[in-house]
Amino acid sequence: MRTKSSPLSRLYIALVFVFLYAPMAVMTVFSFNGNESTYTLHGFSTQWYVRLFSDAVTVNALKNTIILAVVSAVISTVLGTLATIGINSLKNKHVQSSIMSVTNIPMMNPEIVTGISMMLLFVFIGRLFSRSDTLGFGTILIAHVTFQLPYVILSVLPKLRQTDPRIYEAAQDLGCHPVNAFFKVVMPQIMPGIVAGAIMAFTLSLDDFIISYFTNGPDFQTLPIHIFSMTKKRVKPDMYALSTLIFAAIFILLILMNIAQSKSEKKQRTSKEEAVL
Amino acid sequence: MMKKSSFASKLINSPYILWSVLFIIAPLIMVLYYALTDASGAFTLDNVKGIADYSSTFILSIGYGAVATVISLIIAYPFAYFLAHTGASFQRMSVMLVMLPMWMSFLIRTYSWITILGDSGVINSFLRIFGIGPLPLLNNGAAVILGMVYNFLPYMILPLYTVMSRMDRSLIEAAEDLGASRLSVIRRVVLPLSVPGIASGFTMVFVPSVSTFYITQKLGGGQINLIGDVIEGQFQVANNYNLGASLSLVLMVMILICLGILRLFTDSDEGNGGVLI
Repeated sequence: MRTKSSPLSRLYIALVFVFLYAPMAVMTVFSFNGNESTYTLHGFSTQWYVRLFSDAVTVNALKNTIILAVVSAVISTVLGTLATIGINSLKNKHVQSSIMSVTNIPMMNPEIVTGISMMLLFVFIGRLFSRSDTLGFGTILIAHVTFQLPYVILSVLPKLRQTDPRIYEAAQDLGCHPVNAFFKVVMPQIMPGIVAGAIMAFTLSLDDFIISYFTNGPDFQTLPIHIFSMTKKRVKPDMYALSTLIFAAIFILLILMNIAQSKSEKKQRTSKEEAVL
Repeated sequence: MMKKSSFASKLINSPYILWSVLFIIAPLIMVLYYALTDASGAFTLDNVKGIADYSSTFILSIGYGAVATVISLIIAYPFAYFLAHTGASFQRMSVMLVMLPMWMSFLIRTYSWITILGDSGVINSFLRIFGIGPLPLLNNGAAVILGMVYNFLPYMILPLYTVMSRMDRSLIEAAEDLGASRLSVIRRVVLPLSVPGIASGFTMVFVPSVSTFYITQKLGGGQINLIGDVIEGQFQVANNYNLGASLSLVLMVMILICLGILRLFTDSDEGNGGVLI
C-alpha cells in the first residue's frame, strides 16, 4: 500500500508546495535587495535587516505582539482548562451542548464579525462612561482570549473524556483531597491537551490581524497591525526581511519539534519491543 | 467525575459562563443594537433598508467565496490523497510544511504576490525576455481568487488529509479484490468516506474567503469590492457603525445559512475530519 506513490503523484505534491512557498521564496530573495524596490533586484545587501532592528516602531510592535501572545495564551489556557473541566462535569446534557454551541460561535463566525462585535461592545461601554479611549491593551487582550478559548477547550476536552474517572475516585477513596487528586491524577493525563491548546492559543495570537485590527487602540500596536499600516504605502524590503526572520524562526522550531517527536516515538517503539522480549 | 459536588462544578463553570456572556453573547447583541439604531441611539430601520443597496455585493462575495472554495478543493483533494499514500516520515514533514505558512503574517504573504504578479513583477520580468507582456495579472478578479486559494488552501488540505490518512485501507483493498477499477474505488469508496473532511474544508475556506477585505484591497487593487471591504470601510473610514453593524448581521446570518445547507449534505456534526486547527 505504502509503495504506491507514483512519480506523477510526487510531482503533483511538489507543484502544490511550489505554489505554497513561491511568496516565501520571493520575499526572502527581495529582503536582500540592494535598493528600495520590491520589484527589481539591484545587488545584494543586508541593510534591510540592520534597519529593521534600528526601527523603534517595529521593535516595539514586535515586543507588544509577544507580550500580548504570552499573556492572552496564559489566561485562555487557565480559563479554558477550568471551563473544560466544568463543562465535562455537567450532568445536564442540554446545558452542556448549549454551552458548547456558544463556545463554537467565535470559531464559526467570520473573524471580521467577531472583531466588529467586540469593538461595538467596547465602544458602547465607552459611551456609557462618556469616554472615547476605551480601545487599548485591555480590549485587545479580552478579544484575543475570547477567540482562543474555543481552541483550548476543544483540545483539552477529548483528553479529559479519555481519562478514567475511576482512577480519580480511587485516589479520593484512598484519602486524597479532591483538589489534590485532581492535580495528581487528572492533570498529568490531560497535560498534552493543555499544552497543545496553549501552543495553538499563542500562535493564533501572534498571527491575528483582523480581530486585532478592530479592537486595538492607538497606544498598543501589534506587529500585524504595524505591517498593515506599512503595506498601505509602498512596501520596502524591510517588511520582507522581517517576514524572512519570522519564517526562519518558525522553520527551525518545527524542525526541532519534528526531531523531538521522532526521537520519542523511537523510544516508545524500543521500550515496547523490550516489553515484548 | 465530580459526582458529589454539583456546587463545585458550578463554581468552576461560572467564570467561563460569565466570560461567554460578556464577550461572546453581549457583543452579538451589540451588533443587533447598532443595526437597529441610528447615530444618536434612537430606533430606526434605515440601516436594515440600506442593506438592499448592497445585495449585489453580497451575491458577488458568495460567488467569489464559492469559486475559491471549489478551486481549493480541486487542488487539495488529489494532494491529500497522494500524500496519505506516501511514507510516514515524508507525510509528517509535508504536513508541517503545509501548516508553516499559516503561522506567518498573512498580510505579507498576500503582499508578496504583488511582487510576483505585478506589471514589473517576477512573472512579467521573465516573460519580457521572450518579448511577451506585460500581462495584466494583478488588480483583477483572478488575482483575488488566487489570493484566496493561496491563503486558505492549507485549511482545505489538512482536514482532507486527516480523513484520508485515517481511512480504513482494508475497505479499499476489499473493493479492489472485488474487481473495482481504480476510478470506481475513488468514486465509490474514497469519496464517500472523505465527506466529513470535505465539509470542514469547505467551511474553513468559504467563511474567510467571503468575508475577506485585505486580499481584495491588495490583489484586486480596488477593482473588486466584496462585502468585507464594505464593512471594513463603514467602520474604519466612513465611521457609520450602524450600517456596518447591519451588514455584519446579514453576513453572519448568510454564512450560518450556507453552513446549515452544507450540514444537510453531511449530517455529521462532529465528523472525524473535524477540528485540526
